[in-house]
Amino acid sequence: MSETFEPLIVGFTCNWCSYRAADLAGISRKKYAPNVRLIRLMCSGRLDPTFVLKAFAGGADGVLVSGCHPGECHYLEQNYKMLRRYTLLKRMLAQMGIEPERLRLVWASAAEGNKFADEVTAMTEEIRVLGPLNWNGIDHARQRSEKLRSAERPPSAPEKTEKKAKPAAVAARPAGPPAGKKPATPPGGLKPPGPGKPKPAPPPGAAEVKSVPAQPATPGEVES
Amino acid sequence: MRKISIDPITRLEGHGKIDIFLDDEGDVANAYFIVPELRGFEQFCVGRPAEEMPRITTRICGVCPEAHHMAAAKALDALFHVEPTPVAHKVRELFYMAFFVTDHTTHFYALGGPDFILGPDARPAERNILGVIHKVGLDVGKQVIDTRMRNHHVIRKMGGRGVHPVAAMPGGWSKPITEEDRAEFEEIARKNVDFALFSLKVFNDVVLGNPAYLEMVLSDSYTDRTYSMGLVDEKNRVNFYDGQVRVVDPDGEEFVKYHPVEYTSHIEEHVEPWTYLKFPYLKAVGWKGFVAGKDSGVYIATPLSRLNVSDGMATPLAQEAFEKMYDTFGQGKTPSGRNRPVHHRLATHWARLIELLYASERMLELATDPEITDPNVRAPVTETPDEGVGCVEAPRGTLTHHYWTDEKGILTRVNLIVGTTNNYAPMAMSVKKAASSFIKKGNVSNGILNRVEMAFRSYDPCFGCATHSLPGQMPLEIVIRNPKGEVIERLSQNVA
Amino acid sequence: MSKPTFAMYWAASCGGCEISVLNIGDRLLAVDEAFDVVFWPVAADFKYDDVRGYPDGYIDVCLFNGSIRNSENEEIAHLLRRKSKVLVAFGSCAMAGGIPALSNLTTNEETLRAAYLDNVSTYNPDRVVPQPNTTVPDGEPHIPVLYETARSLDQVVDVDYYMPGCPPEPHQIWAVLETFIQGKPLPKRGSVIGAGEVAVCHECPLQKDEKTIERFYRPYEVTPEPGRCLLEQGIVCLGAATRSGCGALCPQVNMGCRGCYGPVDDIGDQGAKILAAIASVMDGVKPGKTDHEIEQDVEAGIETIADPAGTFYRFGLAHSVLRRARKNGRTNGTATRLEIHHEENQY
Repeated sequence: MSETFEPLIVGFTCNWCSYRAADLAGISRKKYAPNVRLIRLMCSGRLDPTFVLKAFAGGADGVLVSGCHPGECHYLEQNYKMLRRYTLLKRMLAQMGIEPERLRLVWASAAEGNKFADEVTAMTEEIRVLGPLNWNGIDHARQRSEKLRSAERPPSAPEKTEKKAKPAAVAARPAGPPAGKKPATPPGGLKPPGPGKPKPAPPPGAAEVKSVPAQPATPGEVES
Repeated sequence: MRKISIDPITRLEGHGKIDIFLDDEGDVANAYFIVPELRGFEQFCVGRPAEEMPRITTRICGVCPEAHHMAAAKALDALFHVEPTPVAHKVRELFYMAFFVTDHTTHFYALGGPDFILGPDARPAERNILGVIHKVGLDVGKQVIDTRMRNHHVIRKMGGRGVHPVAAMPGGWSKPITEEDRAEFEEIARKNVDFALFSLKVFNDVVLGNPAYLEMVLSDSYTDRTYSMGLVDEKNRVNFYDGQVRVVDPDGEEFVKYHPVEYTSHIEEHVEPWTYLKFPYLKAVGWKGFVAGKDSGVYIATPLSRLNVSDGMATPLAQEAFEKMYDTFGQGKTPSGRNRPVHHRLATHWARLIELLYASERMLELATDPEITDPNVRAPVTETPDEGVGCVEAPRGTLTHHYWTDEKGILTRVNLIVGTTNNYAPMAMSVKKAASSFIKKGNVSNGILNRVEMAFRSYDPCFGCATHSLPGQMPLEIVIRNPKGEVIERLSQNVA
Repeated sequence: MSKPTFAMYWAASCGGCEISVLNIGDRLLAVDEAFDVVFWPVAADFKYDDVRGYPDGYIDVCLFNGSIRNSENEEIAHLLRRKSKVLVAFGSCAMAGGIPALSNLTTNEETLRAAYLDNVSTYNPDRVVPQPNTTVPDGEPHIPVLYETARSLDQVVDVDYYMPGCPPEPHQIWAVLETFIQGKPLPKRGSVIGAGEVAVCHECPLQKDEKTIERFYRPYEVTPEPGRCLLEQGIVCLGAATRSGCGALCPQVNMGCRGCYGPVDDIGDQGAKILAAIASVMDGVKPGKTDHEIEQDVEAGIETIADPAGTFYRFGLAHSVLRRARKNGRTNGTATRLEIHHEENQY
């Protein structure tokens, strides 16, 4: 069964400009690709590179970062810091094998609803061509579409959860680490938002979620 | 076909095991000295900035990180086409001599020494540094620890850290020596000379003065006639820091002398599927397998070989000791007047102490050099990097680093031939020879096993072991299996 | 009354941790008095079978250094976990992957090719590559399977304590051993011991002022002003994102910190932290330029940092969020794998 790959893009937007741009696109009934899951930060300068890494590690195929235009940051200069972080991060990700097109920066003021929407659509198509990232060899794209299909089925046919589904492409492992050991992920990550459920924006100032391991919950399932 | 497995071999750096296969008569058919690890420095350094190599390659070996640090520094000099200032060379060499002193000390007293000073049949519980101390006195133990500590102090002062130094730069060193430091280093060097002389005396009294040990040293079981390799200065004297590579044949005539940058014309490496480590050999002679002699490309790169290839030592006391060693072995001279090389592997312990003396004397020379506190320890880097080879003598053998970079100095390719690697084939041969000599008709005992281990220990394989004292039960177990893998006999000593 | 038992083991390591233990000097005699060494391949002749024969929990303290890179490392990690009461991930490699984990930026295929097949000093016309199992005329030697990805110890077994450093400094090692010897209470299980609780900057004696860095320099391009913070002078130093405890040794010889004492705390990813910090303290954005010009200026400044991944993750790649570089390049939706004999299906 062949399916069009639907990229999942995590979008970090800032409270004062780009999130409002996304709002404006919505209010304007502007049609654009539904593939982005927005997370609202108070400022794009709040973007810790760890957020981006966790997004990719957790199944995102692309990450969008959007903030006020240079010189217009509500907090004066923080979007410059974000710009530097983004630039350096992009280079580092390329060294890790993540194509530069998967991390995208969009400057969008509150009035630029159309621009925001168009960029999301463009990015979605670019990533569709690149293909899924499937970090650690887990076929996140297929897991997402299976979950969608299972959500569409009538409730009488119970389906396996996404945690148990093992992608066919992953070969069987030999004696692995003992069950019950924790993967050594530092706490503080974000789960990739499930499809169809827009993630509520975190309360202002509390962008760091504590103690939620971002890796797939079953220890040892991570594969490269 | 019965197999005896010693796993892991102990008192050396890294991992290793020996698989000994017996034939139907119970004699040794073959012995495999297996290195079961690979970390892949040659690949994962690609993409790193070249100037980080002195800090990354130290992690190849934590016992001789200073050697890698130095080889990397010299490779960077060549890569960036920069000639270090004269004082930079002296500062580096001073640092390097302190390292040689501590490393050779560690090996002789804690690793090789016990086998010798106490004898191969000594009770395992005694055959360690504690036994050495009992035999020669508690003072000696403290002296050994002090020697290590004061020279590691020098390493830390000059290199930044006690293990894995960081100060080497292309064109020099990151920090000069103050006068205060220099005075301290001079004192330390003087103590080193005394200690080296003392150690030679220990060897003379305890080993050479004992007929049984002397016989062991001279026995054929530990002898293989191979080529020898080492770095020499312009007068063909031993030099650890710089020089040309000289190789002499088993009879002692110079076979070749070349600048380290030409190493690929002279050395090649052979791969076997049963081990991760490769076997270097002389390209011009060729790989003929694990055999000795003039027709086999196998060569040693050890303290013994360094003395074999040289015409003398560059410092007076070491020169005296050098002459004494060759006179003792009484092999005479070659037609061209060189000392005939010594091939008795256990003599490496003696050669190591002579080098200890040389390193101490050289350290004193440098510490009293009026230029050594000159602050100009860095030559500026102005050229575009492309390719460079750096070569030094590590305590365990000739060490070569070879880097290629792009025009920004990011590594595109790396090749390393590490000290112990040179000796891999000779070690394997020594182990097999010892095993064949001592294991007959399937009789394996604990003393016999130790004699087999002594065969590799004289090479000080990549690790000068702990000065740590051992309650030393030395539990050993030998498992003998039939071809089906069923256990038919189990020999053990001190196994709980 | 028998003495407590002590073991020290090296997995994919260099031996530097062992040397650092030796460098506690004559306090070694105190350690020897206090403990019975029951396994320490560098120093004593106990073999693997001896350890297999010990009862579970027989070893009171086990210092385990080295990362988990092959099947033997993993096997012995499990073995020592069973046989030890207290298992310490000793040194950067066991704690977070260390230098061997730089191999996670490449692949086994590339590594084997560089060592055996495409090597300028190797003559290998039959293209022999070491195999876990071989048959020779005399029998069948075995060598361990090489894993694609180096892991930290806690990614394989439960770890009781962590001691960071490459290697841990001797005075810290002694402080920890003394705690054991004197029977003092140990901190909470899972803690980092033998190290500080702040960043290296706090123990670094170099003078710190305002940071306005327009660009970075490669260490050989500049001579730093003595006594002044290296980062401020445009020399990459990871001290701001590294746990204290070493005494800030490297900056004191004018060389930037490379992060071997690991992250300051458990939160976040050390490489990401230093990336954020460095990007934050850079400056040089000039007003009055267009968005695009600003982006270009920033890019020019960032370009002066060579090798972000290999520098920011020098010692901690196994503990990073991503853990390794992507193995297969672009995928088309299925994780295609390069089939080489060292296939092991760990990440």
